[in-house]
Amino acid sequence: MENEWPLWEVFIRSKTGLDHKHVGSLHAADAAMAIENARDVYTRRMEGVSIWVVDSRYIHASNPDDAEALYDPANDKVYRHPTFYDLPDELKHM
Amino acid sequence: MKFLLNYILQLADNALIHGHRLSEWCGHGPVLEQDIALTNTALDHIGQARSLYQYAADIYNQLDSAERENLFTSAALLQFRDQATEDAMAYLRDSWDFKNALLLELPNKDWAYTIAKCFLYDNFTVLLYSALSGSADATIAAVAKKSLKEASYHRKWSNEWVIRLGDGTPESHERMQQALDDYWTYTGDLFKLSEADRKMLEQHIGTDVSALYAQWHSDIAAILNTATLTLPANEWRQEGGKDGRHTESLGYILAEMQYLQRTYPNAQW
Repeated sequence: MENEWPLWEVFIRSKTGLDHKHVGSLHAADAAMAIENARDVYTRRMEGVSIWVVDSRYIHASNPDDAEALYDPANDKVYRHPTFYDLPDELKHM
Repeated sequence: MKFLLNYILQLADNALIHGHRLSEWCGHGPVLEQDIALTNTALDHIGQARSLYQYAADIYNQLDSAERENLFTSAALLQFRDQATEDAMAYLRDSWDFKNALLLELPNKDWAYTIAKCFLYDNFTVLLYSALSGSADATIAAVAKKSLKEASYHRKWSNEWVIRLGDGTPESHERMQQALDDYWTYTGDLFKLSEADRKMLEQHIGTDVSALYAQWHSDIAAILNTATLTLPANEWRQEGGKDGRHTESLGYILAEMQYLQRTYPNAQW
């Protein structure tokens, strides 16, 4: 469909203080319509208090073929996890 | 009592008939996103109608039979003496007992006509519900306050579509203009004071809808100007909906909407 509206990625903040999270994508003619469409498609059940939309063509992704080189080297480097610290008992939420 | 009942039905019938018409787009929207948007909007209107019909039914149940027969001619409704529900108000009245504005029963035709209908009505309801938020009747004031938030979004949505289509391609411009011109004359009911309107105005329950016209007119003129569309100049308006005189379109809506409850009374699913 050559006349199809451009695709937009939608990010919703579920409540004040939390991050915007990617929830999906939709078609719209421009940014204003994308926000309205996102409101109707993704916030009908009180899912959010703030909406971001990003033109999908501006999302650049890593190549899945590079996964070995990119992620595997982290596999055997346990010392990168902060697990060797003695935490005081008062800290409950680490 | 009877004027309050008629007044509530004017509001409720507008909401139900408009909501029902918009629900006809469900599964037929031009794109998925707008299909969902219109279905949401349809449900907003039907939600408004439900609150008001329940209130109307409570009042109906308190009337004596002479008063009921004086107010309604629909046999299916009059069989109820004191057990009428919101469903009875919606499904068991015939078209001459409906008090909705003519504009809202007109066919959706196409996207431009649907937008024209929403645009003319949404710009009215924002003004109406703002005024009714201060109603002396607590239920009407509460429904108006809740509906005002919804109406504000509906107006934003339909205003933007009018601008988008009017200021779009030559074809979208022409079709939007044609739709506005055709449905313009059906806006008379919105601003005409019925007997119920007058009585409720005296009791500070209702508002003077004729006084909303100037604001409505300047609001839509500003949007049409941005949309490069021409404000229809015709001053003559169709009216009659508040008195139960409708176009043939309402009959078709009721036939479809009421069929199930009329054929299988109290059916549920």
